[in-house]
Amino acid sequence: MSENGKNTDTLIEVKDLSKLYPADSGLFSGGDTFIHAVSGLNFSIKRGESVGLVGESGCGKTTTGKLLTRLIEPTEGSILLNTESGDMDIATMTSKETKDFRRRVQMIFQDPYESMNPRLTIYDTVAEPLDVQGIGNISERQARVSELLQTVGLTPASSFLFRYPHELSGGQRQRVAIARALVIEPDFIVADEPTSMLDVSVRTGVMKLMQDLAERLEVTTLYITHDLAVARYMCDRIAVMYLGKIVEIGETEEVLQNPRHPYTKALLSAVPIPDPTYKREAVDIKGGVSKPINPPARCRFYPRCPWADDYCESHDHPPLEDKSGDIHFTSCYHWEDNLEK
Amino acid sequence: MAETTITGSDLVKPDSLWRIRLRLSWQAFKKNAALFAENPVGLIGFAIILIFMLMAVAHPILINTVWDPVIYDPVTGIDITIPFHPSPPSPTHLLGTDSFGRDVLSQLMFSTASEFALGAVAAIVTVLIATTIGAVAAYYGGIIDTIFMRFADLVVMTPFVTLLIVLSTLFEVGMIELAIIIGLLGGFGSTTIIIKSQALTVKVRTYIEAARIAGGGDARIIFRHIIPNLLPLSFLYMMFTVTSAIFSEAVLSFFGLLNIRMSWGLMIFTTQFSGYLLDFEKWWLIYPASVAITAMCAAFYLVGRGIDEIINPRLRRR
Repeated sequence: MSENGKNTDTLIEVKDLSKLYPADSGLFSGGDTFIHAVSGLNFSIKRGESVGLVGESGCGKTTTGKLLTRLIEPTEGSILLNTESGDMDIATMTSKETKDFRRRVQMIFQDPYESMNPRLTIYDTVAEPLDVQGIGNISERQARVSELLQTVGLTPASSFLFRYPHELSGGQRQRVAIARALVIEPDFIVADEPTSMLDVSVRTGVMKLMQDLAERLEVTTLYITHDLAVARYMCDRIAVMYLGKIVEIGETEEVLQNPRHPYTKALLSAVPIPDPTYKREAVDIKGGVSKPINPPARCRFYPRCPWADDYCESHDHPPLEDKSGDIHFTSCYHWEDNLEK
Repeated sequence: MAETTITGSDLVKPDSLWRIRLRLSWQAFKKNAALFAENPVGLIGFAIILIFMLMAVAHPILINTVWDPVIYDPVTGIDITIPFHPSPPSPTHLLGTDSFGRDVLSQLMFSTASEFALGAVAAIVTVLIATTIGAVAAYYGGIIDTIFMRFADLVVMTPFVTLLIVLSTLFEVGMIELAIIIGLLGGFGSTTIIIKSQALTVKVRTYIEAARIAGGGDARIIFRHIIPNLLPLSFLYMMFTVTSAIFSEAVLSFFGLLNIRMSWGLMIFTTQFSGYLLDFEKWWLIYPASVAITAMCAAFYLVGRGIDEIINPRLRRR
């Protein structure tokens, strides 16, 4: 069984998705050095599921999010979005399809202070998708926006409708951003670290709200975060990324309890546990995260891996495999040998 | 009505959208006006502009009531009761008469309206072009950006007075033509470079991406999201354009290059033409127009500085 096993309730299916950025750009020189921001990504998201994408800064999480919302064009690969009328390839869609696509996929951004036009009122911000798509007349839109503002906990809605973003706090703004993403009832939402810029005191509130709404409105979410605790709280499955590759993907609890990839183990060992008697195996990974500029054809994690050997060096990046058959995919040649370690 | 007495803050009858927007912009205007009023620099400028506006309004009233058009007309009037022109200030001619026997105060006041019109047209043309091109060039980048920016460099390098001399030999340049020429040069030249640089900082904001996610096309993003965020800066450059337009008019009139009936620059030209330019005993021929040009240019510049402090909070003292 492969990760991309065709399933009727699969909403998003990503195949060999890559995004390369030219690292040197000149009129006459260059064009042979690329930053492999995302390379050869394969995963799928089921309808109603919430998948977490975790990893360090610069590992390609946000690029993946932007590729899925078609803010940037992929270099190669395909992203299939399941709709009533068959699959739609986000990577190669026409401008007519794009309009339809914008109704189905929305995004919540990281920084609530940057993601709203300071010259537009909250009503205009939230109603923008309705306005662009031509849904409803003005009074219907106003009713819909008020209703959503209530839903996201901005009550009474009438006192928020005609305020400007700068009059709201960070938590309130992020609630507005959630309302904007939900206003046209999308199938899929990419949430790019929606809580990382918020105060700790309002973070849980926003997280609860998102989880609640995703369940109630049956929205599928891709939750991009660098915080494993957030991922654990929010997500059914998590995918761990390292330098543009997914190195491990599986059920959240399974991955966090039994990490197989040395990188996941290292990430977990960095999470503080409020238990003085807790002992966790220490994983000694070396060095720091590098930039994936023209990476050699071997495991991306090779330079830092404690298990690296000649086999790893001479072979390409290991594929995402599930040798145990329990829907926990790992991209490592040696994870089975090191299970007991 | 009984129902209206129980309106609490949450029970307010839903207002129509445009009325709410009108109220919001009125509030924003009041807030900005209060900020503007805090700043003496801007207030002084505004006061000077008000004085000139009064002069512009007063002239047609005076001509129709107190001033006899035969004597006081700014272009064709002549006071034949006075034997020698130019005559010094007197109770009948508060700022004296020029070498053709025309009343200087009447000329000064008559010209004010057309100076305002010149400034307004030049500023509006400049800002319309500069804002649109700046936003479009910044948004699309690439070849469109290169074309407009290299053209802007060309316009900036063009010697303005020389160009006007050439143009005035080709066709008659009046006040409106001059305003449009200044507007075009500013709009395609220096102002567009400044506005484009601001547009570049707006373009990369996350809310532009959010607008694209919402399904907004290029036109919507440019006109609804980028341009509104450029407008404060555009408005500031409108003020500076007025200053440069009035100044340019004065220079060109002084060279006699413009086909206009009367203007402050033309008053100085007449003085020079009659040989009184450096004759300080005939001060009423040169000072009223020169001071008016200086004051008007300074006033718009000062108002611009006042607006600058509103849109750029770092310049505020507190």
